[in-house]
Amino acid sequence: MPDASTLFEKVWAEHVVVPETAATPALLYIDLHLIHEVTTPQAFALLRERGLPVRRPDLTLATMDHSTPTTPVSSFRDLAVVGESAANQIRQMEMNCQDFGIDLLGFDSAHRGIVHVIGPELGASQPGKTIVCGDSHTSTHGAFGALAFGIGTTEVGHVLATQCLLQRKPRSLAVNVSGQLPAEVTAKDLILAIIGEIGVDGGTGHVIEYRGKAIRALDMEARMTICNMSIEAGARAGLIGPDDTTIDYLAGRPRVPQGDAWDTAVRRWRSLCSDEDAEFDKSVSIDAAKLQPMVTFGTNPGMVLGVNDPVPDVGDASFRKALDYMKVTPGKPMSENPVDVVFVGSCTNGRLSDLQQAAGILRGRKVAQGVRMLVVPGSQQVKMRAEELGLHRIFTEAGAEWRESGCSMCLGMNGDTVASGQLSVSTSNRNFEGRQGIGARTVLASPATAAASAVMGRIADPRTFN
Amino acid sequence: MDALTSLHSRTVVLPIRDIDTDQIIPARFLTTTTREGLGDALFHDLRYDQDGQVRQEFPLNDPATRDCDILVAGNNFGCGSSREHAPWALLDYGFKAVISTEFADIFSNNALKNGLLPIIVDVDTHNWLLAHPGTELRVNVGDSQVELPDGRIIEYPIDAFARYCITQGIDQLGYIQQQSDAITTFEETRSWKP
Repeated sequence: MPDASTLFEKVWAEHVVVPETAATPALLYIDLHLIHEVTTPQAFALLRERGLPVRRPDLTLATMDHSTPTTPVSSFRDLAVVGESAANQIRQMEMNCQDFGIDLLGFDSAHRGIVHVIGPELGASQPGKTIVCGDSHTSTHGAFGALAFGIGTTEVGHVLATQCLLQRKPRSLAVNVSGQLPAEVTAKDLILAIIGEIGVDGGTGHVIEYRGKAIRALDMEARMTICNMSIEAGARAGLIGPDDTTIDYLAGRPRVPQGDAWDTAVRRWRSLCSDEDAEFDKSVSIDAAKLQPMVTFGTNPGMVLGVNDPVPDVGDASFRKALDYMKVTPGKPMSENPVDVVFVGSCTNGRLSDLQQAAGILRGRKVAQGVRMLVVPGSQQVKMRAEELGLHRIFTEAGAEWRESGCSMCLGMNGDTVASGQLSVSTSNRNFEGRQGIGARTVLASPATAAASAVMGRIADPRTFN
Repeated sequence: MDALTSLHSRTVVLPIRDIDTDQIIPARFLTTTTREGLGDALFHDLRYDQDGQVRQEFPLNDPATRDCDILVAGNNFGCGSSREHAPWALLDYGFKAVISTEFADIFSNNALKNGLLPIIVDVDTHNWLLAHPGTELRVNVGDSQVELPDGRIIEYPIDAFARYCITQGIDQLGYIQQQSDAITTFEETRSWKP
């Protein structure tokens, strides 16, 4: 390694158990393994088949979020899980965690929630850690200066059994964001603009480091929104160097080091940054000051534009297929499209500040006639805090549904789906064909844009609400 | 997984860019707790309409493609989710290799760990393959080479270790377990503990 190195290279180097050679990948140690019900059953089955224990249950944290219902009830035990196979998946998760001695934040826990919301909330996601999960949005935890990435189920089995992964070292990509985000333009708009700029495969094979004045100015929840969608640019991971904002967020959380160990950890975290003369394999620059609220118009997150800009009329057969699916007209802005469903939630935008953004627009207003709006907190803690602040009343008085936490309509595998042909403005991360339901047309946007669209009954610019 | 040393098959072509994992296997099929039987769900909403009727125009619904082991797809295949159900579904359907100009990282990792071969070719070769569905290809996995009908040989990039595991049919967990002493030493000697 050269003398000057990037943050990613420093975290990587600290976790190499066996170095990489031409013939074999590096063996990388994993500090935190987050698991959920959908991508683990086959991994636990392998462990049982081979009679292997979980090597470090103490570094493994489990929850249930993907196939879990979000309908409001007094007790989760009363919930009707959608389908016998989902119910079986949930039972298996409970049994696997019990049999292998893993801490499960399940239906009885006040800390249950979307895996990428609860890791940070508990203070388990910390600077300098390697964090993996059988979920592509694991990149979220990079907001803390961790190296965090999604893995498949076979690799989940590797980490359960050995706490290690075989990995080739990715390349590095610097995304420099200068300037200051204009009022009402959010982290979601910024990351959508970045993906639009570099493309859905622009980050393939790379770990992104988000840098610059506009990134430093973001709070932790906004940073998580940015890092969360790194995968939508194809990146292996995305991270942001820790600073006072990071440390202030972590202070006092249940799973951070306590007492003297906290001071030691903070000293180590403060040293985690890319050296000034460190070289990145690639870099791109974006001026935050020029951004506006962004919405997607196609069927991947790279097909994105300003809310008032006309849909472009260029592109190949795949591009035209996407426009046909979305039923949008080239030359016209997305703001002319009527909306059927609005979803506020997900690991991208299901945190308290996201709900506050949406509530800020909805306060004293009504969801337009014929529009269904679903607000799904990212975790039970987010739900509790939101209710303490009275946000749930703002939502329900406006005519929106207020739910229990979970992944919900982001991927529609728990029964919360968008009907075929309906247009959904969603604060989630993927507008793929059929993602929110068969034939569903998804437009990705910030919580503010989503709430503004709910009120107007068509895609709307939140800046007009001031 | 089974060892894969060579392939000889015609291709079926999906000339679409950025085919994501939700298209490869929609999320509603992910409530399974096994790896088996996912071939029926492969490209489900592209193969069938909302009434469950077969979409005749979709290339996989042409009976002549049913025995094709090799799928040729547009650039950036497998983007999106980390679901290993995507390669499981492709394998269960009968595919052994996918050819594109680029694969999403997690998809590629998952495919290699299950013996599904992601073959990256140059843009010209890719364009030619997209334009010629049903082309008969031979793949020599050990040499990382694809032979076109005109005898031209294309070498494709693949991680040496993954190639070794695929051609030998060995899974990687056993290899990691052999490093158990190194892992213990790492845990005991690292400067801070997570």
